[in-house]
Amino acid sequence: MRIPKDARHLFRLAGLFAVGTLSFLVIRSFIVPRSFGQYGHYRGASIAEIAAHPVHFAGHQTCETCHADVAQTKSSGKHAQVNCEACHGPQAKHADDPSIDPGKPDTAVLCVRCHAASAARPKGFPQVDADAHSNGLPCQTCHQPHNPAIAAGGSK
Amino acid sequence: MPGVEGFMYPNEVSLYWSVLIVLYPFITGLVAGAFILASLERVFRVEAVKPTYRLALLTALAFLIVAPLPLQLHLGHPERSFEMYLTPHRSSAMAMFGFVYLWYLMAVLVVEIWLDYRADIVRLSQSTTGWKRLLYRIMTLGSDNISQGALRIDERVGWLVTLIGIPSAFLLHGYVGFIFGSIKANPWWSSPLMPVVFIFSAMVSGIAAVMLLYMAATRLRRQPIDMRCVDTIAMYMFYIFIVDFSLEMLDLIHRIYEADESFRSLDFMVHTRLRFSQIVLQLIVGTLTPILLLALTQVTKLSAIVRKRIYVISASLALIGIFAMRWNVVIGGQLFSKSFLGYTTYKMALATREGLLVSIALTILPLLILAVLVKLLPPWTEQTHASIPAAAAAQAH
Repeated sequence: MRIPKDARHLFRLAGLFAVGTLSFLVIRSFIVPRSFGQYGHYRGASIAEIAAHPVHFAGHQTCETCHADVAQTKSSGKHAQVNCEACHGPQAKHADDPSIDPGKPDTAVLCVRCHAASAARPKGFPQVDADAHSNGLPCQTCHQPHNPAIAAGGSK
Repeated sequence: MPGVEGFMYPNEVSLYWSVLIVLYPFITGLVAGAFILASLERVFRVEAVKPTYRLALLTALAFLIVAPLPLQLHLGHPERSFEMYLTPHRSSAMAMFGFVYLWYLMAVLVVEIWLDYRADIVRLSQSTTGWKRLLYRIMTLGSDNISQGALRIDERVGWLVTLIGIPSAFLLHGYVGFIFGSIKANPWWSSPLMPVVFIFSAMVSGIAAVMLLYMAATRLRRQPIDMRCVDTIAMYMFYIFIVDFSLEMLDLIHRIYEADESFRSLDFMVHTRLRFSQIVLQLIVGTLTPILLLALTQVTKLSAIVRKRIYVISASLALIGIFAMRWNVVIGGQLFSKSFLGYTTYKMALATREGLLVSIALTILPLLILAVLVKLLPPWTEQTHASIPAAAAAQAH
């Protein structure tokens, strides 16, 4: 096909666009990871990479193999359904090597995360204005965190 | 908690979308509006606005180049935004916008500007020296054919590009409204009228910006302002402004009449936290005042100097009003709790990545780009049009 002389510049422009698009596609084929789209709209290899991450949580069954007494105290109280690591944080390292100190949570900070008064919480859920309620004392002065009812006793 | 009144969910206390996200639809709107003004001359053959045709195109380009920057700065990892070109997800409105933006920039604006300026570029590539000559030579794409036949083809193709450009400009800015209008969890945003309101307000702001730029540039060049041109632009701005205002009122009346569960909360917000930006700035200062001023020029016979002053004032107020509209949409939509029981406050930072200084810089940047573009590709008709036929004639021989 013969291109009319007066329209040649337009074909040059079209050619430039074609080269641009082609370059984009070539660059894209190099940049986009090979495993992209293998399972869905993400990099397939990322699954194996994430699976290879070290495990941080031990799970409550592991905790209970050594801390059966605590599991016993917890089972009869309001916190029976709260997992150990929900308050104590990830403890896989401590489970592998018990000599590693698991640390002790600061109850003055920890408890108010769930129990500070907030209109967004269900009415029946125990919630307090921490300053007025304890006057700055840590919660465990009166409440045993593993079984928090006052009758169960504090400072343990 | 400071700035919080009533009940807010914890993740609602501080705003995620800052002033940069206000700037983004504002700048994009100027692009769409400027292009629509350019299309008035090209497609709808409104000869009177010809002196602003090229300036409108360059303004659209300058602002379009800057349009994604507020979004980039808002992101913690701006480099990741390019992923949406590499692996776009069809269900993501943002990813699809990337292509709308690219289409508009490359297939519409750049092509139209190139076609319109080609004769000038060829002429400049022959008359300049040094790096300028090299730049113009690259821009000619190696073709210096500016014969009558070639220019006629350019004219026809340019017309077609503008024709495609009009729905593209609507798509570009309609999308910005769509992004907000489609967020069904937010009653302040969720409205199918949002894209339409955004398009019309964009047209008003773009036309106002080009009119101001034309008047300022003409004054700087010590040339007389073409009153027929600015009168026509002001007339179109007036009509489009009325449509824009009517649509916004329609949206408002619809909300008041529908009065869904969010209404009391939103109504309270408009009367308290948004009182200044919505009622004073957007409605009274930025909409009603310029509409009344422009109406005055339409119904009475005023001297040229008075009309010029009115146009400058009303265009400036319109820009303020439309910026306030973007502010009220973006910031207003984040000030109330989804529980409808509380309100938070937006405190703009000064010298942070998303602060006031960056916003000011991003507003000035397109003007600097425009200044460079105007230097490279002079849009002034009185200089160029006289010389083009001569150059074309020389080529034809």
